[in-house]
Amino acid sequence: MPEQGPQQGSQQGSADIQSVDASLDSTLDSVDVAEADALRVAEEMGFEEDDLHKIGMAVRECMVNAVVHGNRYNVKKHVQFQVSKSPNRLTIFIRDEGEGFELTSLPDPLAEENLLRQSGRGLLLIQAFMDELEVLRGQPNGTEIRMVKYLAQAS
Amino acid sequence: MSVKLSSRQVGDVTVIDATGRITLGEGASTFRDTIKELASKGNQKLLLNLSDVNYIDSSGIGELVSGFTTVTNHGGQLKLLGLTKRVKDLLQITKLYTVFEVFEDEAAAVRSFS
Repeated sequence: MPEQGPQQGSQQGSADIQSVDASLDSTLDSVDVAEADALRVAEEMGFEEDDLHKIGMAVRECMVNAVVHGNRYNVKKHVQFQVSKSPNRLTIFIRDEGEGFELTSLPDPLAEENLLRQSGRGLLLIQAFMDELEVLRGQPNGTEIRMVKYLAQAS
Repeated sequence: MSVKLSSRQVGDVTVIDATGRITLGEGASTFRDTIKELASKGNQKLLLNLSDVNYIDSSGIGELVSGFTTVTNHGGQLKLLGLTKRVKDLLQITKLYTVFEVFEDEAAAVRSFS
């Protein structure tokens, strides 16, 4: 598993500190690794249990998409996984090396005729659990996902 | 921990008690195999007790839907019992609350089949 593990201290943007920058194998074990890494950073930032659950689930869904649908378990392909933090914002970046897809080509999982489909709900859950979600075509290939969760300010 | 399933009879209703996580991999396939086996053996009234399941991912949700379809295609019914708040939220987000009959009380759920 090349370049795996957290790299402390590098900067992303003016306020975000990159806490994790890893190239993960296209295996389901990587899903657990990514979830644990993201949750460690989120916990350090002070996210509460309910938000930790949502962040963990969003990372799992996204990693499963990258490993299973993007890289299709191809041992030659990797998933780039980055986590960065600012005082009130957790940003997670996941990029696979798959063929990519058009968001508009995906069936709407909430449409009546799709409710009984077995798959296709991952992005819906990520969107519901995170505050921001961007899905981009990777360069030169693959899919890039950037998702953000804001730390609720104590009142 | 992936999901553990055990079944028991309450009258003519088969109650499936699930514990753990229903997620991609072992958890989801255990769930799928159990439902298929019960449905193919002619169990037509299935009540899935999820009160000890606090984590289901989108693959697990897919298996719930698939189980629902399998049982319905065998002429039976699959209903849900005892959803935790997180699982209830998931069913609401995915609109599956409108598909499944959901109960909080086992006796009421069992009565609903007759």
